[in-house]
Amino acid sequence: MGMPKLLAMRGNEAVAYAAKYARVEVVAAYPITPQTIIVEKIDELISKGEMDAEMIHVESEHSALAATYGAAIGGVRAFTATSSHGLMYMYEVLWWTAGSRIPVVMAVVTRAMGPPWNIHVSHEDILATRDTGWLVSMAENNQEAFDLTLQMFRITEDPRVYLPGIVGLDGFILSHTVEPVELPDQETVDEFLPPRRQPYVMEPGEPKAMGNLVPDEYFEELRMDMQQSMENAVKVIREVGKEYAKYFGRDYSDLVECYKCSDADYIVAGTGSWMGDAKIAADKLREKGYRVGVMRLRWIRPFPWSDVREAAMSKRAVIVMDRSLSTGHAGPLFLELSSALEAKPSMIGVPAGIGGVDISYEDIERFTEKAIQLVEEHGRVYIPAMWYHLGKIFPTYPSSHVKLD
Amino acid sequence: MAVSESEESRKRGVVAVVEPAGHKLPLSMAGPGAMGKTGYWRTQRPVVNTEKCTGCYLCWLYCPDNVIEMVPGKGPRGQDIPVIDYDYCKGCGVCAAVCPVKAIDMVDESKFLAKEKEEGDGNA
Ligand code: SF4
Ligand code: SF4
Repeated sequence: MGMPKLLAMRGNEAVAYAAKYARVEVVAAYPITPQTIIVEKIDELISKGEMDAEMIHVESEHSALAATYGAAIGGVRAFTATSSHGLMYMYEVLWWTAGSRIPVVMAVVTRAMGPPWNIHVSHEDILATRDTGWLVSMAENNQEAFDLTLQMFRITEDPRVYLPGIVGLDGFILSHTVEPVELPDQETVDEFLPPRRQPYVMEPGEPKAMGNLVPDEYFEELRMDMQQSMENAVKVIREVGKEYAKYFGRDYSDLVECYKCSDADYIVAGTGSWMGDAKIAADKLREKGYRVGVMRLRWIRPFPWSDVREAAMSKRAVIVMDRSLSTGHAGPLFLELSSALEAKPSMIGVPAGIGGVDISYEDIERFTEKAIQLVEEHGRVYIPAMWYHLGKIFPTYPSSHVKLD
Repeated sequence: MAVSESEESRKRGVVAVVEPAGHKLPLSMAGPGAMGKTGYWRTQRPVVNTEKCTGCYLCWLYCPDNVIEMVPGKGPRGQDIPVIDYDYCKGCGVCAAVCPVKAIDMVDESKFLAKEKEEGDGNA
């Protein structure tokens, strides 16, 4: 048996390697920054003869996912990747893929939605997929981007799940940043990842139709089945995450990662790469005497409901970092966490870093300290959108009535 | 290196293992009934006048729901005649429109419903 090897690579390359190790047979893609390197790298691996797959160059992202999905429904492991506007252009096909119950894996390299034009990190693209029936995960670093991609094939192809899955990684912060990534050997991956399974295969000679008009009642029952499969996915993710540790030494059995949560009074919650900075901020705040922990959502769908409640329900306050905003209300993660936690702790939503505005651990320390002070001053608070921008707090709708300064 | 079993099962052209696992799926096979009993959509019912019908098969050819069956030799003049499956006929009127001799009348469905109700009451 071969040995794993440690290489330095960008997040995008880590994802491309995961597709190779998963023995993906068809990739269809259309270039868009910051995703492009993923499919360029796959193209390179194919032309060097290191990966045995077909690359389909298409004229749009709508076609990219349609072609990927077409291959998958035909019975092969298929993969694509996109970002931002490309993902929005695919939006219709996201629903087709999930509703048809065909497993497909896609990487989404997070990026702001224009206008104005912006190629930097924001989560409005990936979080817009929440309602489609895709599994959605978010990596914190390049190793996790690799590991989640590999696991996503096994999870989505599990007969209890049969839903497609997205692996999210932050634009530029991960996609273009070189980090050490451990690559496994192929034989171990083959043992971990069984040959593909799916609920049906479209083949010539056996006529059947997918997606025909059905009675409304049956339509609704299909959606109920998808919801049940999402519940099953929670269990499958835990199982696969534990198995992954057996094969590769890294454990993914938790849907949320908790950092110093157990003794914390205050929890900083969020998803993606900046949660690494949040951990540093938590340490700094602990030096100042505030007991702060960090709860990172590794999975967005299925929403890690019980995990989140277990980790944060009894805390004094939860400060939610949102790198996107449901304009007119609050950040999507704030809304989801408030709901799962029944807003029992004080809740403070902090939209920040939108459009790639740099957020350092000092920034996180600053707004977290501000939030803690509000809680200490007023007792219980519920502030949906306390926007943090260039070192200042901007109370916005619907919490502008809360006097913050 | 010997080809391992897992590599064997991953050969080109070998498709996924099919395992529906009891899920509800948005699939249908060709034939009437994919959308359930579409007969209940009907507000007008096509009624064939077998005296006029020439057995030309046009209605059979045009029916978008494939619910007309031609019965050989059963017409009053020994011609083939259409028999409509009202469980699935959605009452679109295409058959009546294409019939070259106007042998199909579209009749208000409520008339039949009233009659069926009466018969139902009579039986009770
Ligand atoms: S009314 Fe429409 S569905 Fe019914 S038999 Fe005629 S063509 Fe077919
Ligand atoms: S189209 Fe008219 S004439 Fe021809 S078979 Fe149908 S009912 Fe008879």
